[in-house]
Amino acid sequence: MLIKLTGGQVYDPASGVDGQIQDIYIQDGRIVDMPVGDFKIDKEYDLHGKVVMSGAIDMHTHIGGGKGNIARTLLPEDHRQDPVSRSDITRSGCGHAMPSTFVTGYRYAEMGYTAGFEPAVLPINARQAHMEMGDIPILDKGGYVMLGSDDYLLRMLTAKKDQKAINDYVAWTMNAAKAIGVKVVNPGGINAFKFNQRKLDLDEQNAHYGVTPRDILEVLATAVKELGVKHPLHVHGCNLGVPGNVQTTLDTIQGIGGLPMHLTHIQFHSYGTEGDMKFSSGAAQIAEAVNNNKNITIDVGQVLFGQTVTASGDSMRQHYNHKFASPNKWVVMDIECDAGCGVVPFKYKDQNFVNALQWAIGLETFLLVNDPWRIFLTTDHPNGAPFTSYPHLIRLLMDRSFRNEVLSTIHPEAQKMTTLASITREYTLQEIAIMTRAGAAKLIGLKDRGGLSAGNWADITVYTDNTNRQTMFEKPDYMFKDGELVVVDGKVVHTKWGTTHVVQPDFDPSVETGLKDYFDRYLTMKLGNFKISDDEITEDGRGSITVHPLNGVA
Amino acid sequence: MTEITEVPSPFCGVGTDDLKIQVDGVTLKVLENGCAVNTPAFEQAITDTQPRVDGQIVSLDVAVAKAVALLKNTALPVIGGCATDVNGMRGLLALADRCGAVVDNMNFTRARNNFLALQDSGWMNTTLAEVKNRCDLFVVIGADLEVVVPRFFERYIWNAESMFIEHTDQREVVYLGTAPSGSASTSPSGKAAQVLPCATEDLPDVVAVLRALVKDKPIRAESVAGINVADLQVLADKLKAAKYSVITWAAGALTYRHAELTVQTVSEMIKDINNQNTRCSGLPLAGKEGDLTANQVCGWTTGYPARTRFSRGYPEYDPFMNDTNVLIAEGEADALVWVQAFNSKSVPPVTELPTIVVGRSGMTFSKEPDVFIPVGTPGIDHVGHAYRTDNVVAIRLKKLRDSGLPSTADVLNAIDKVLREETVC
Repeated sequence: MLIKLTGGQVYDPASGVDGQIQDIYIQDGRIVDMPVGDFKIDKEYDLHGKVVMSGAIDMHTHIGGGKGNIARTLLPEDHRQDPVSRSDITRSGCGHAMPSTFVTGYRYAEMGYTAGFEPAVLPINARQAHMEMGDIPILDKGGYVMLGSDDYLLRMLTAKKDQKAINDYVAWTMNAAKAIGVKVVNPGGINAFKFNQRKLDLDEQNAHYGVTPRDILEVLATAVKELGVKHPLHVHGCNLGVPGNVQTTLDTIQGIGGLPMHLTHIQFHSYGTEGDMKFSSGAAQIAEAVNNNKNITIDVGQVLFGQTVTASGDSMRQHYNHKFASPNKWVVMDIECDAGCGVVPFKYKDQNFVNALQWAIGLETFLLVNDPWRIFLTTDHPNGAPFTSYPHLIRLLMDRSFRNEVLSTIHPEAQKMTTLASITREYTLQEIAIMTRAGAAKLIGLKDRGGLSAGNWADITVYTDNTNRQTMFEKPDYMFKDGELVVVDGKVVHTKWGTTHVVQPDFDPSVETGLKDYFDRYLTMKLGNFKISDDEITEDGRGSITVHPLNGVA
Repeated sequence: MTEITEVPSPFCGVGTDDLKIQVDGVTLKVLENGCAVNTPAFEQAITDTQPRVDGQIVSLDVAVAKAVALLKNTALPVIGGCATDVNGMRGLLALADRCGAVVDNMNFTRARNNFLALQDSGWMNTTLAEVKNRCDLFVVIGADLEVVVPRFFERYIWNAESMFIEHTDQREVVYLGTAPSGSASTSPSGKAAQVLPCATEDLPDVVAVLRALVKDKPIRAESVAGINVADLQVLADKLKAAKYSVITWAAGALTYRHAELTVQTVSEMIKDINNQNTRCSGLPLAGKEGDLTANQVCGWTTGYPARTRFSRGYPEYDPFMNDTNVLIAEGEADALVWVQAFNSKSVPPVTELPTIVVGRSGMTFSKEPDVFIPVGTPGIDHVGHAYRTDNVVAIRLKKLRDSGLPSTADVLNAIDKVLREETVC
C-alpha cells in the first residue's frame, strides 16, 4: 500500500523543513522516498493549503500508574460532567480532568498527538503504569522510572557505594521497570516525609540517611549520562510551589555542574517572594539561566484556569498542598520503601492572585526561553490543566493580542506583577513543531519518530491553517499513526495499538546479589517477581516493545 | 513432577509470593509457606473441564453461542462476581460496554465503606513494605486479622529484620473492637496485643471518642461502649507519640449501616495525627478474589469503581443502585453473567433470569445455570495480574500447570467477538 500526501505545507524541524510545499510517501507504516520508476499510488490525499507536521509527542503527561487511578476514583463528580459514549469502533469512558484510558488515547489522537510519556513510574508500580498505558489506544507510550527516594539508593549513598554500583542499580531498575528515562521527584524528600520531615531544601540532610537532594541529583544525573541514556535525568525539583523556590531552582541548575538535566514543570519552581503578597514571578531569572546553560532542558507545566486534579509522586509537598484542595478531599500515600504519591484536586481561578500569577509565570517562561529545542509544551497533565487544553495554550503562545486579551481579565494585582504584556514574541508554527515534535523526540531519544523524512514511522498530522490557532490545533483534518489513517476531521475513524518505547542499558548482573538480599530481608516481594517481563506487555497481542539506542552505542 | 518456587498467591490478599508448590500433572501440593487460605485454594482439584448448556456437556463454541443468544436482546444484563485477573476484567468490561451491562463486583457492598469515605474526604495510607520497615505502633480496628490474612503478623510485624525498627519484637499492637481469635499478634517474646474490646456496631462511638481525644477535645463520659475513656486516652497518646503508626481495618468486617462514616472518622483522625508533628497511616485490608483488581481495571477503563452500568452507552457509577442483588430483586436485570475464577464455592444468586456462569472448575449449583463455562484460575492455570491489599502493588501471577482450561479473558473475549459479529454491520 503506497500512500501519497500531496502538496502540503510541511513543518519538519528534524529535517530543517520550514513550511515548504512537499509531497510525502508512506509505505508499510513508514515514510519513504518517492519511489523510482513506474509506481502506483494506492491512495492520495490532496493537502494543498494544509499544514503538515509529524505526530505530536507529549513528553510529560500523567497517563499511567496508581496515582492517576486514585485521582480517577476520587472524582466521580468530575467524570459525570463529561461522559463519553461508545461507538462501533470506540469504547466508552469519561473525560475532563483525568480521563479514562481509552478516552485518553482518543482525545490525544484527535488533537494530532501520537505519543505520550508517563513521567512518574514508581518501580513497584511500574506494572500498573504499563497495564494502564496498555489500555490507551492509538498512542505510543513510555515511562520514566522514579528513583531518589527509594531506600535502596539512599542506603547505597550512605554506604558510599561508588558511581559504577549506582549506575548498575539504575540500569537494572530501568530494565526491570521497562523505562526510557529516569525521573527524580523532590530528591530524597518523599523519603524524608516518611521520617516526618516536612520540607527538604537542596542542601538539607535526610534525617535518617544524612544524604542531601544535591547528592542524589549528582549521582543520578551522572548515572544517566554514563549509561548512555539519551533522556537527561528528569527532575521535579525541591520545594515545589514554595514562594522563593526560584533560588532553589537556580542553585539546582548551577549545582549540576554541566551534566544534562531536564527540569520539569518548571513553572511550579519559579516563584519569588516580592510584592505585597510575597509571591512573585521568577520566570525571567529562570529563563536567563536556561538560556545560559545548554545542558538544561525544561518543560513548563502551564497552569490554565478551571477544575483539575493534581497527582504527583511528591507526597511531602502534596501533603502541604492539601490545604488548597478543591473540592476538599485528597489522598497521600507512602509506598513500599520506594516512593509515595499525593493526589489533590485543584481549581485554578483567574481571580485568585496566586493562580493568576502562576498562569502568567508559565507564559513568561515560554516566551523568554530562546531555544525551542530546549523547552517543551506541557501542562504537566493533569496538574496544571488537562491535556485537552493544549490548543488553547498554543494560541496563547502564537497570538499576542489574544494573550493580552486574556491577561487583561485576570486578577488585577497579578497583572501588575507580570511583564507578560510587554513581551512581543509570538511562537511560529516551526517553533511549535519543534517543541511538540522534533525536540520532544530528540529529548526522549526516540529513533525514527518526530520527523517526516524517509525512514521515520509515518506518524503524521494534517491541519487546516487558521489564524485562530486554537481552532486549528483542536481539530486536525487527518492523523496517521504508523501509516494508518486514524483521525479525520478531529474524530477517530479507526483505532490501533501503539508501541511501548524503552531503553535497555547494560548492567553488571552481579547487581542482583545485593538486590536479592535486600528484597528478601526488607521488601514484600521476591526479586524475580518484581521484574517485568516482555510478555507482560505483549501477551495480549496488542502491545509491543520498541528498544531505542543509547548514546555511544550503535 | 516439578517444583515451582516463589509462587505468588492471588487468594490471601497480601500477595504472598514465597510459596513452593509441587506440580504433578494437574495436581498441586503446597510444600512450603502455605496457610489456611492459600493451601486449599491452590490444592483444589479440577473437576469440570467442559462447558455445559442446560446441564449437557457441549463444546466451548456451542457454550459461547448460547451465551451470545442469551445476551443478545437483553436490556439490562448484570455481570456479577467480577472475580478474576486484570485480563479477565479487561474482557469483562469490553463485553459489558458492548451489551450495555451493569458491572458489579461481588464484594462491592463491603468495599463501599471505603469508597464512600475516599470519595468524600480522602485518606492517608501506606503499603506493606512500609509497615514491615517503619511501623512502631499497629492498631487493628474491628477485624480478626489473622483469620483474614493468616500470615500477616509473621510477614509484616514480627519480621526478623527491619530497616528502621531495631527490634521488631518491641512493636506495639492494639486491637480496638474485635479481639483476635488466635495468637498471631503476640510478639515472639510473648507480649500479647492490647485489646480494647467492644461490639462491632459500637465502633462508630468508640472511634469518634478516640478522634476527639487525638484532637485534645474534652470528653465528659468515663466510658464508651464498655471501654474506659482513660484507656482510649492512652491509645490517643500512643498514636501521637509513635513515629510511624499504622491503623488497619477491613471494610467488610464493619457490618453495620453507614460504616463508611467509621472509615471516614478513622481516616480523618489519621490526617489529624499527621498535623501533630508525627506520621500515621491507614492500611485498608482487602484484595480477596480480585476485588481490588476489579476496581482498579474498572477505574482506569471507566473512571469509576466496579459498580458501574453501561446501559446508556457510557459508564454510570452508582454505589447503591447498581447492586446485583438489588437489580435482580427489583426485576430490573434481565440476564445474569457470573464471573468467578478464584472460588468455586462462590456461586451466583439463585434467580429465574437467564444465567451464564464463567467460573472456577468445581462449582456446584442448587439451580443449574443456562450456561456454565469452567475456566482456569489465574496464577494456577494461566499467567495474569492481581492487586494485593495495599492497592498499589500488582503481582505477576504464574502459570503452574497445563490444564487446558481457558482463561476468563479467553471466554469473555470469545463471547464479545461473536456478539460483535452478530450485532455490528
